[in-house]
Amino acid sequence: MSATPAEKVSVKNLRFFYGQNLALKGINLPLYDRKVTAFIGPSGCGKSTLLRVLNRMYDLYPKQRAEGEVLLDGENILGPEQDLNLLRARIGMVFQKPTPFPMSIYENIAFGIRLYENLPRSEMDDRVEAALRGAALWDEVKNKLGASGLSLSGGQQQRLCIARSVAVKPDVILFDEPCSALDPISTAKIEELIDELKAHYTIAIVTHNMQQAARVSDYTAFMYLGELIEFDETDRIFTAPKQRATQDYITGRFG
Amino acid sequence: MANHTVAAFDLELKELQRTIAAMGGIAETMQSDAIDALAKQDVRLAQKIIAADPELDRLQRDVEEKAILTIARRQPMAVDLRDVIATIRIANDLERVGDLVKNIAKRILAMDGQFPPPTLLASIGRMSLMALNQFKSVIDAYTQRDPQAALAVWQRDGDIDNLYTSLFRELLTYMMEDPRNISFCTHLLFAAKNVERIGDHATNIAETVYYLVTGESLAVDRPRGDENELSAQAGE
Repeated sequence: MSATPAEKVSVKNLRFFYGQNLALKGINLPLYDRKVTAFIGPSGCGKSTLLRVLNRMYDLYPKQRAEGEVLLDGENILGPEQDLNLLRARIGMVFQKPTPFPMSIYENIAFGIRLYENLPRSEMDDRVEAALRGAALWDEVKNKLGASGLSLSGGQQQRLCIARSVAVKPDVILFDEPCSALDPISTAKIEELIDELKAHYTIAIVTHNMQQAARVSDYTAFMYLGELIEFDETDRIFTAPKQRATQDYITGRFG
Repeated sequence: MANHTVAAFDLELKELQRTIAAMGGIAETMQSDAIDALAKQDVRLAQKIIAADPELDRLQRDVEEKAILTIARRQPMAVDLRDVIATIRIANDLERVGDLVKNIAKRILAMDGQFPPPTLLASIGRMSLMALNQFKSVIDAYTQRDPQAALAVWQRDGDIDNLYTSLFRELLTYMMEDPRNISFCTHLLFAAKNVERIGDHATNIAETVYYLVTGESLAVDRPRGDENELSAQAGE
């Protein structure tokens, strides 16, 4: 990989508390613009917590708080003045289990858009189609947009959720183990999609599948016990990591 | 290094490493036998060398099959990935070394009764010994995972190349002196070329070992023999 791309998101000295419990112990990390960054590490290492901080999901829960800075295009999103609805439009999230709303495929997409914009019907149709195309789902659902989102297969539901994120034109998309509930074919489709999405979006993905991290990401961060152990180009991490702990983890020698 | 959580993975890697060590042992014996056979023009020993080669071929195929299965089963990463790839590469080099020694043995059979001068045999013997030492060092570097020892082998290869060049000139002189020398000189020249190639394979293995341990590739410009290499290449 050649020159270092611009930092879309910069995590600086991030500490995170669940009550008294320090879950992130001073994380410093970039998410590079229109690159895929993978977070790997054993359960409880803080990778999902980090993802939840990036779009302030933790705000839903009392007693959880973050210290430090997360800069999105240079602006600290942890500040109290940050509008959370706007933030979550700019930083979308796709979860482990597909979470379509119990409404039609069309409404699953349109619902999110209406939160931010008031569009006439024809424009809304275009936006829904664009989002479904962006998530590589359009051809499979174009003739049944009125059908329930829940009638789709798991892999299709997950792509519907990605379409929902894409619909509000975010800058960053966070994936929290997006394929762990999917079969290999659906997984391949999501991976292919991530590859296409990175032309437009900055992407972070948490995965327990090492080979998946190696396949889809440009950069990889290895976390352990709330600390960032190693961050490097993915090609480097999976062939010749610098830290012993990283090597032990990715080769299956851990603990 | 700590063991894998999956113990069978460790067993598979150890088995691959053991097979490489066995191949190294066979190739080493073949080479030291070839040095004796050349010096004494010992036809029976030469035949023994030729008979040893198929086992190396078999083990090389064995390593390849097992390595492929390990990749399919374990999808190795980082040092494990480098380890599996290294065994495939080294097994290849060892198999080639076996072929080269076998060819030297065939030259000994072909020279039967021609009695080349002892000084020439001594020169090629010296060169063979140098290659054998390189070979032993690099196999040790592999079993001990010692990148510095591998680097030392890599840096010494120029010595063999130089000796080959001077031997090439020596043989040319003999051939010009008396056309009756041409036949055994040609055989010795091919034998010397094979020894020089064995040195190259030792260097390849050194590069592989260095990469296996450190994750870094050695620089492309390996120390070479002298500038007259091209004239010596004419011996091919």
